[in-house]
This record gives sequence, structure tokens and C-alpha cells, in this order.
Amino acid sequence: MSELQTPLRKTALNGTHRAAKAKMVDFGGWDMPVEYTGLIAEHMAVRTGVGLFDVSHMGDIQLRGPNSLAAVQQLCMNDASKLAVGQAQYSAMLYPNGTFVDDVVVHKLSANDYLIVINAGTREKDVQWVRQVIGGMPGAHVNDFSDYYTQLAIQGPRAMETLQKLTPVDLSAIKNYWFVWGQVCGLHNVMIARTGYTGEDGFEIYIPSDVPTSERVWNEVLAAGAEFGMVPCGLGARNTLRLEAGMALYGHEISDTINVMEAGLGRYAKLDKPEFVGREALVAVEAAGGPKRKLVGLEMIERGIGRDGYPMFTLDGEKIGEITSGSPAPFLKKNIALAYVPVEHSALETELAVEIRGQKVKARIVPTPFYKKPKKST
Amino acid sequence: MAYPANYRYTKEHEWIEVDGAGGTVGITDYAQSSLGDIVFVDLPKVGDKVEAGKIFGSVESVKAVSDLYAPASGTVTAVNEELASAPEKINTDANKTWMLKLDLTSAAEVDGLLSAADYEKFISEETGH
Repeated sequence: MSELQTPLRKTALNGTHRAAKAKMVDFGGWDMPVEYTGLIAEHMAVRTGVGLFDVSHMGDIQLRGPNSLAAVQQLCMNDASKLAVGQAQYSAMLYPNGTFVDDVVVHKLSANDYLIVINAGTREKDVQWVRQVIGGMPGAHVNDFSDYYTQLAIQGPRAMETLQKLTPVDLSAIKNYWFVWGQVCGLHNVMIARTGYTGEDGFEIYIPSDVPTSERVWNEVLAAGAEFGMVPCGLGARNTLRLEAGMALYGHEISDTINVMEAGLGRYAKLDKPEFVGREALVAVEAAGGPKRKLVGLEMIERGIGRDGYPMFTLDGEKIGEITSGSPAPFLKKNIALAYVPVEHSALETELAVEIRGQKVKARIVPTPFYKKPKKST
Repeated sequence: MAYPANYRYTKEHEWIEVDGAGGTVGITDYAQSSLGDIVFVDLPKVGDKVEAGKIFGSVESVKAVSDLYAPASGTVTAVNEELASAPEKINTDANKTWMLKLDLTSAAEVDGLLSAADYEKFISEETGH
């Protein structure tokens, strides 16, 4: 990437992160905090209390107009016609060959208005793709609203109590993957979505992206969560949290060389929809008896940590795949990984070997998600 | 955090404290800070020989794995067993949390390593601050 002369992009909270002495990294061209006080403490705060993430680097594409639903339906694999106003769904934009442009969350803002939240590292590519696919469609207007919002994720079992202090909206009435507009920290019409990327309950709020507003809300949220042990969290904890929860990350579990069926996300691809980009390729994969390789969860059973890119072998020594994400799991206190392996080696309990710095270390295929949040007793 | 003046440092971020023919080895505060939460340390056994500039083990944080390079040649006389169960001690106090004690082949070998002042200069150049 050294040929890129563009300086790193910054969210409105960049100064706040730097003032807090967060460790900063280049994430998809963004200068983002990877950790504040420590990855494990941040991870544990989200599992047991509450954490705050700046996810303003995520992009937001609005599709508006009488044909906006048709546009979303063409672009995304899930069935947006099933959405009610105020509801969101996990989905993906695909290439014609059934691989990923990006995974997205589609929000139905009103009858003719959809907001598609996209990944940071793929923003430009995604916007270009949307314009390419539906640019000529009458009655479907594309807006890139990526820089309009500071997006904050408040995540953890105490997320609702934290945010409830700052809004008159009854947050308990918002179901998972639904959203409302309401007052937050005195700001009107803030989108409050019960979504996240941590495997915990939580909310994502979309506030104006000017620096004073962003900093004020960030600080007010942290103050509100202080009694629950709230800490600011970086991308390091965001990654280990999503990995424990078995969620895909673009560039790792999903990419333009991996199709939906391989990634195990077929349940979000509605092949009964008459048309969407990538549909025919996925129908062909299914007609051929399913994908040849599959994403599996691994738990290391011998000492060692399998990491991104480490090769996978059968116990007989045949190279069969690669780890896409691997890490110590701070809450589970195990070493876990996701990897693509041929279907014939993908059965649960299968023992495989990970080559860790020249040494073969045993791992076992386990069910995903590795972590499921406990059911509330209430 | 200050880097003890009586230690010598490698460009791979290990420190060594020499006492006569013995040496005590650890990693620097800069190294532990760059790695983040340390979860695993792989060290040689007592009696093993290590060679200056060569890998003698590894240290892993949640995010990354990093090789450990011997600051000097010698025979391992002690290994900090505490690190097997509490590797996070390195994060808490890298200067005092030793990994190995060595019977040095040549104490003079250490003279070629960085002083605390040179090491601080080296890391400030490396981070570009």
C-alpha cells in the first residue's frame, strides 16, 4: 500500500483517542484506536459490563426513491421486502460469481428510504459498486452519507442501562435488529439501533459527525457507563469479540474469492427472490451439491495459538486450508480460530493440525459461535 | 517508563543485566507495550545453550507473536517459571520481570549492545516521534 500517498483518514474522535493515549493503527486507511488500556480488559468489559466503540469509519449508503426497494433487492442477497420500517437485517452485496463485495446491514428508514451500513476498508469500492449496479435505475437515488455520522457502538450486558440514562426513548422496546429515532444527549432524531458486532446486547447510535458534538456524546456516554465499569474499546477487542461470537470479517472470512455458501452465510441469501446480483452463481453452487470448502471453527487442543494465515493440515500431513482469523479468546480462555477446509474434512470433532511457526499443533473442529451470550432470565 | 542504565539493550527489544559472568534477560517496556496483553511465553530449558543474536523463544500477546533474540551467548541457568501461569507480569513491569538467567560465554559480548540512552534514541526513531 506504500504507493498510496493519501494520508490516513480520521474520525471526529481522533483527537479524543489520541488524548486518551490509545494505541493507534492503520485500519483500512483509517487512523483508529486498537486499544486504550488493554485488549483483554476491554474485551472483558463488553462481556461482563459495557464498552464504547468509535465505529465512525463504517460507511453509510442511502438508497432513496420509489424504486429504492427494487434497488436494494437487486444489490443485496437478503430479502429486504420482509423489512418493516424501523427494522434492519444482515445482508451482503455480491459479485455475479457469488463472492462478496461486502457484508452489510440494511436498515429500512421509510417506505422509500434504505440505509446500508458498510465496512470501512471497502467504502469506495462499495459506493462505486452500488452506482455501477443501480446507477441507471430510475427512481433509485444513491447518496454516500458515510461522513455524515459519528457512529458509536455501546455494547455489553449493561449497554441498555447506560444509554437509557441519556435518552427518553424506552430502549427496552427496541427489539434486536430494530431501530428508532429519538433524543440522545439532547440531540434530536438520533438513529438508535439495537445492533452490534460483539455477540452481546448493545446499541449503535448515529450522531452528527462534527467534532464538538462527537466528543460531547462520547464523554457523556462514558460518564453514564462509569458505574458499570464502562471503558472505551479499540479495534483489537472488537476483533476478538466478533471472533468469539463467530462473526465474519471482510478480508478474512469473506472476500471476493469466497462465496456465500462456503462462508456458511447461505441462510441470509434468499434464493427464492427472483433476482439479485450473484443469485445464479449461488443456485449453481447448491445444484452442484454445495460448496467444496467450508468455514469451520477450531479450538487448539495442544499448546499454541493459531493465527491469521497459518496453514492447516490433516493429521496425515496433507495441506488442506488456512486459518482466516485466529486468536486467544479472552473470555473463553481458549485459543480459537476460523478456517476454510475441504468439506470432507469439516465434520465436528475432526482433529486437524495447524502449522505454527514450523511446528504442527493439534486443533479440533468445534461448533460456532464459540461464544453465545447467556439468555436473560427476565 | 525509564530504561535502567545498568542494563544493555538489543534492537529486538530485549534487555540484559550483567552480574559478573551471569546475565539476566527480559524484554523492554517498549516491547511489552507494542505487543499488548501477553498471554504466552515460550522459553528454553535450564541447561540449553543460547547464541547471541539468535532466537531463543517467543512471546505472544492476544494480537501478535514475536521472537525473542538472545542478547548474549551462554547456558541457561534459570527460567522464570512464574511466566508460564502469569505471563501478564511482563506487561506490569517489563524491567523487573526476567525470563532467563544465563551463564555467559563472554561478558564482553554485551559491550556491543545498546546503552539505555542509545536504546531510547533507537525506539524514538523507530516510532517516528
